[in-house]
Amino acid sequence: MHVEEKLTAETFPAEPERATLEGKNKFLGFWFFLGGETVLFASLFATFIALRDKTAGGPTSEELFQMPVVFVATMLLLTSSLTSVYAIHHMKNFDFKKMQLWFGITVLLGLAFLGLEIFEFYEYVHEGLKYSTSAFSSAFYTLVGLHGSHVAFGLSWILTLMIRNAKRGLNLYNAPKFYLASLYWHFIDVVWVFIFTVVYLMGMVG
Amino acid sequence: MSTAARKKSLIWDYLTTVDHKKIAILYLIAGGLFFLIGGLEALLMRIQLMKPNNDFLNGDLFNQVMTMHGTTMIFFAATPLLFALMNAVVPLQIGARDVAFPFLNALGFWLFFFGGVFLNCSWFLGGAPDAGWTSYASLSLESPGHGIDFYLLGLQISGFGTLISGINFLVTIVTMRAPGMTFMRMPMFTWTTFVASALILFAFPPLTVGLLLLMLDRLFGANFFDPALGGNTIIYEHLFWIFGHPEVYILVLPAFGIFSEVIATFSRKRLFGYSSMVFAVVLIGFLGFMVWAHHMFTVGLGPVANAIFAVATMTIAVPTGIKIFNWLFTMWGGNIRFTTPMLYAVSFIPSFVMGGVTGVMLASAPADYQYHDTYFVVAHFHYVIVGGVVFALLAGTHYWWPKMFGKMLNEALGKITFVLFFVGFHLTFFIQHFLGLMGMPRRVFTFLPNQGLDTGNLVSTIGAFFMTAGVIILLINVVISSISGKKAEADAWGVGRTLEWAVSSPAPEYNFAQIPLVRGLDAYWLEKMEGKKGLTPAEPLGDIHMPNPSVLPFVISLGLFVSAFGFLYHNDYSWGLPVAILGLVITFGSMFLRSIIDDYGFHIHKDEIIEAEKKGVKA
Repeated sequence: MHVEEKLTAETFPAEPERATLEGKNKFLGFWFFLGGETVLFASLFATFIALRDKTAGGPTSEELFQMPVVFVATMLLLTSSLTSVYAIHHMKNFDFKKMQLWFGITVLLGLAFLGLEIFEFYEYVHEGLKYSTSAFSSAFYTLVGLHGSHVAFGLSWILTLMIRNAKRGLNLYNAPKFYLASLYWHFIDVVWVFIFTVVYLMGMVG
Repeated sequence: MSTAARKKSLIWDYLTTVDHKKIAILYLIAGGLFFLIGGLEALLMRIQLMKPNNDFLNGDLFNQVMTMHGTTMIFFAATPLLFALMNAVVPLQIGARDVAFPFLNALGFWLFFFGGVFLNCSWFLGGAPDAGWTSYASLSLESPGHGIDFYLLGLQISGFGTLISGINFLVTIVTMRAPGMTFMRMPMFTWTTFVASALILFAFPPLTVGLLLLMLDRLFGANFFDPALGGNTIIYEHLFWIFGHPEVYILVLPAFGIFSEVIATFSRKRLFGYSSMVFAVVLIGFLGFMVWAHHMFTVGLGPVANAIFAVATMTIAVPTGIKIFNWLFTMWGGNIRFTTPMLYAVSFIPSFVMGGVTGVMLASAPADYQYHDTYFVVAHFHYVIVGGVVFALLAGTHYWWPKMFGKMLNEALGKITFVLFFVGFHLTFFIQHFLGLMGMPRRVFTFLPNQGLDTGNLVSTIGAFFMTAGVIILLINVVISSISGKKAEADAWGVGRTLEWAVSSPAPEYNFAQIPLVRGLDAYWLEKMEGKKGLTPAEPLGDIHMPNPSVLPFVISLGLFVSAFGFLYHNDYSWGLPVAILGLVITFGSMFLRSIIDDYGFHIHKDEIIEAEKKGVKA
């Protein structure tokens, strides 16, 4: 199939993200990229685990972390992953408007998550956990902050795609792009699950 | 867009090209330039160490030259020169018209290039990095000035480029193979490129993290490696070597691939034990990730860790041994032609085996306490990297030169280069084993007279001049070839086995007028043995889809280059932060443009292809 073809709900392929060679390449390449990202975060997690109780007299994780905020943030991000699944479901059914709607909800949930994270960092800094307070503080802000910057990048990516394609609907040129953005979003979500466990739960239990 | 609209000036053409063959030439020129710079730095060090108590380079300058030699050679010479050959050859070997992501291919090159230029800017802006190519945190944190910061930022930029190129080759080899080109029919160079790319994908992120954390410590007040605030400097060593050891295989596996091609071709025989070669490459790639702590035996990780890593390291000798014997058996009974590439291949085998033997010696953890940080280690890894990788690069450059540029290199000059380089190499490094065993420490800028080190060091320096002479002859060869070189045939050596020798030299921009049908290993050889002139096509002649050139890869990389200066100086000058942000705006803005501007590529029409093929191009 060719990228520039005009398609209808009947002629739209079942897997539009892989219907062209370009799409297939992007699909595979992005999975490889996520493999590399996994190693990147694994290295940061290992560093964090090695340094998580090296507080050098500064605030410790038990003193700082509060379940309610982190729990709400987790729920927001997990839900946003679900809504992006709905969006891709509608993409495969060639229902552009519903796809846009669900991606829109995903973006809102992501923004709320990002807001909570900024609020959380702001609180911690006020309680005396600055970036250069201790090895723990550096490791915490670097790991969670890098995840946060991934969220910000993912949000701008999805928004760019939504706005750019708002008037022209789906085709085989942009379907892989939407698919990859949602894949990226899932990856961010998976990383957060590990952050929730390793940083927050283990940090609160001690 | 029609073909007529694409006529541009040469410089603009190369700034915007997404053609893998032109990107290969860019890699060859840039990597070659950095190779000369790194070689010059080596020569300066050898001049300093020519005699005891020499004052040619003082201690501080020696540290900078030593650091830049290692960093330049690994990241900005060996890796890009291998990428040059991979780009030139791999798409042709698998019967593809281009790589999977032509745009990313160009981006990978420009990121590498700007990273290298940024690092070398340090010479003119207050001094180069001086903590060794490993830049261990405990030492580099204390280094004054901005040398280390140039290292950290420059390597991060070029690291992104390398990662991108690695992903590109992985996808290219999985999805772009011609019909019939199954995995077990792929030429060995393609196979080794594939495995090396997988290693890049998993090895470079830990390096990025290590460099990032060190940068955060030095420039942004973090405490990852500062023990006073709970930091731990060993983390850096782990992260560095989790990258650093696979990096050795990232370099040497493609080198193995080059020799497998050269030896099979000039022995006029199928590669002996092809499937065991593939097995060995994959196994080496896997084991390469299991051995990083053998660089850290003296850190004090404990006898259990040391024992495990020692045994894992020695295991790698098994698949490597398989490969050595397969090369020997390929030559056995073959109709050998000693061309320049073949000379390198033949001399590679004993040279590399010597590096391997000292490797097993070093892998023995208790003995390593004696060898650690002496010239024995320097001799070992130069036998592996020069005897393996540089010999392969020289062999590969001579071998594929006609395919890249359409002209033959002069064989007589090539052989003179070989003799000078081979003799110089052994003269320089063989004696260093003994200097090391006698206790001469590496990375130290001088030594005292009458300790048994005088003669050895003098011999070593003389060897370095031989290698220099070899490289100069090679450069003369390149100039002569470009002026009056013999025009290369499609099958330039007359005994080509793989698909790249079936297309004209240099290959047309679309590579294959018709994608070939591959019917076995050594696809082109099979066709020749059946008396056919060309390849069996797998598709009818038609319009060919091509990617558009783009200046964005250059601009994206330039943005990071600008931004790196901003971050480097943000603590010293008020313009630092705005410049950093400006650079990031350029980079992300260009990425945004790339995302929103549709790029469908263009088509070369059938008539133009028929026209081009008539002009002596055979595919």
